[in-house]
Amino acid sequence: MTIKKAAALATALSLSTMTAQAGTLEDVQARGELNCVVTTGLAGFAAPDENGRWEGFDVSFCRAVAAAVLGDGEKVKFVPSTGKTRFTLLNSGEGDILFRNTTETMSRDADLKLTFLPVNYYDGQGFLVRKDLGVNSAMELDGASICIQTGTTTELNLADFFRANNMNYEPVNIETNEEGIANYSGNRCDVYTTDASGLASTRAALDDPSAHVILPEIISKEPLGGAVRHGDDQWADIGKWVVNAIIIAEELGVNKGNLDAMCGSAGDNPSINRLCGTEGDMGSMIGLDAKWAVRAIGVGGNYAELFDAHVGPDTPLALARGLNASWRDGGILYAAPIR
Amino acid sequence: MQQETYKPGEHPDLPPPSNTIGPMAWIRENLLSSPTNIVMTALSAWFLYEIIPPTLEWVFLDAAFTGENRDECRAKAAGACWAFISERFNLFTYGFYPHESRWRVDLSFLLLLIALVAVLWDRAPFRKQGLYFACAYPFIAGWLLLGGYGLEPVETDKFGGFMLTLVVGVTGIAFSLPIGILLALGRQSDLLAIRLFSVGFIEFIRGVPLITLLFVASTMLNYFLPRGTTFDLLLRVLIMVTLFSSAYMAEVIRGGLQAIPKGQYEAADAMGLKYWTSMRLIVLPQVLKISIPGIVNTFIGLYKDTTLVIIIGLLDPLGIGRSSLADTKWTGLSNEVYLFVAIFFFISCFGMARYSLYLERKLETEHKR
Repeated sequence: MTIKKAAALATALSLSTMTAQAGTLEDVQARGELNCVVTTGLAGFAAPDENGRWEGFDVSFCRAVAAAVLGDGEKVKFVPSTGKTRFTLLNSGEGDILFRNTTETMSRDADLKLTFLPVNYYDGQGFLVRKDLGVNSAMELDGASICIQTGTTTELNLADFFRANNMNYEPVNIETNEEGIANYSGNRCDVYTTDASGLASTRAALDDPSAHVILPEIISKEPLGGAVRHGDDQWADIGKWVVNAIIIAEELGVNKGNLDAMCGSAGDNPSINRLCGTEGDMGSMIGLDAKWAVRAIGVGGNYAELFDAHVGPDTPLALARGLNASWRDGGILYAAPIR
Repeated sequence: MQQETYKPGEHPDLPPPSNTIGPMAWIRENLLSSPTNIVMTALSAWFLYEIIPPTLEWVFLDAAFTGENRDECRAKAAGACWAFISERFNLFTYGFYPHESRWRVDLSFLLLLIALVAVLWDRAPFRKQGLYFACAYPFIAGWLLLGGYGLEPVETDKFGGFMLTLVVGVTGIAFSLPIGILLALGRQSDLLAIRLFSVGFIEFIRGVPLITLLFVASTMLNYFLPRGTTFDLLLRVLIMVTLFSSAYMAEVIRGGLQAIPKGQYEAADAMGLKYWTSMRLIVLPQVLKISIPGIVNTFIGLYKDTTLVIIIGLLDPLGIGRSSLADTKWTGLSNEVYLFVAIFFFISCFGMARYSLYLERKLETEHKR
């Protein structure tokens, strides 16, 4: 039985209880703790530091939701999950919300019964090759041996790409990213392919990063975002608007440093006032108080601050904003307005 | 020079010929006795020469023991970067256990050692009191680790690293042996219901991989239990791991039961002993003695299987290691992590294996062939 079928079966089993599952917000508030499904470790996105505190881009979104809902960004219980268990953990109720660099797809949305939150990271699949191979484009990879993680969307994308371009390749199947690094640096494959963000961290982990190059082609769309279970629209709304508020804060120039000054009292900009809860009554629409967004932004700052702190140019991952720049700066990060 | 004379039969043994003693003789005897042996010796020597110096170089001589991140390590030395492990040592040991309460983990470990000495060593001082203490130990350790009754409560999702391995391993080992004995006896029972239950249980558990059981424990159970009931994840894992190894243990014990001559059972019956008395006094002591290698084998397997808990999101040392590798400060240092974890498991498992050999020798009374 494939994982997908197992998850679908599990979902079907839970359908009876699903209808009675509304009220995640009440559950979380009664528990006093948000159960957030994250990865067991992915550079920049979620990993425990030496004190056992989880840090990362996805982790910050968990904390923001907890701050909005519970008033304290530390009241999160992180539920580490593998690629295989993440949806089951969410659907079985072990987790309230999932931030695990998960690609939004139609089958996951409809078949696995997930409600996706707005995209918080636009990724795409790329190729990492050794410079001395002399390859400058993915179109020159005919006949190459390629390290590929099995059971992922990247595996399917790779097959699609080579078929569409009438090329052949020799797959070297691996299970995890570390295995990929080991195989690639041990010359057992010419090319390593995964999401571009993963390639950046892989390249940084190699002994001589300058001897390797990430090819310019991005062969797939990987919109990564959080997700919640089907069946609780209010809870989905909370997740959705917390993510949107963090993106909007950047657009409006609200950041962690000036949060108190900007949101202390109602100002001249109605958009900022609505974000800050000093105008309108936005919080009660999602079952929270007026300061929900202020608390969410107060944890790690706006989108730009989260990006820079965990995956941006000053981190070892050194990812450029690229597609993830705000729409005002030429990216496609475009959040629906709070009004 | 006076010639020593001896009576017939009293001449002391002459020293062995000089070419059969000493290191040279040993080498000739063991390493160079035949052309094949000479070739094998040369190959082994070459192999060791190729392996050992670079390994020593990597592990000790060219290793960096301090540093703030991977780049600092690399700048100092080309070998292993142990600064990574030392920075993360507490995480590897205690997992996410709260800092201010870590003395409780240390104390339970210390008490575990005391209990183990009493259980494993029959000439330990105060052994009787020690055995009582060992019986009470699970409750004491549970109280220390989980808190409550005066101690700050700690939830089990904070467990991780070596302490998680020890909690799962020790619990599984402690409970799977008695349950396994009962199952093995049940499988040979004359009562149909008990026999069917035992056979069904053993065959079902052995027919399913541990990963599947853990997966069921972590996710599927939630579908079947009423919503709102929380059933601790670690407890579910402990139950599954214990049941899993009990089934294997039962088959090991059954092998022992069948190896005991029928005369032993009949003699016990002839003495008028009831079933449980005859089992306790006559059959089981012999069964357990001849089953020691199999029992310890199962223990070691169980202990190593604890690394599978990563599947359900609990972070054992291997899981902590993998998560740590995702820290951007330390990416790419997987060799150090795996070597460190391997050493920990080797020490534990080798210890168990040596103890089983000691026990076998100590209980050796017959059957020597």
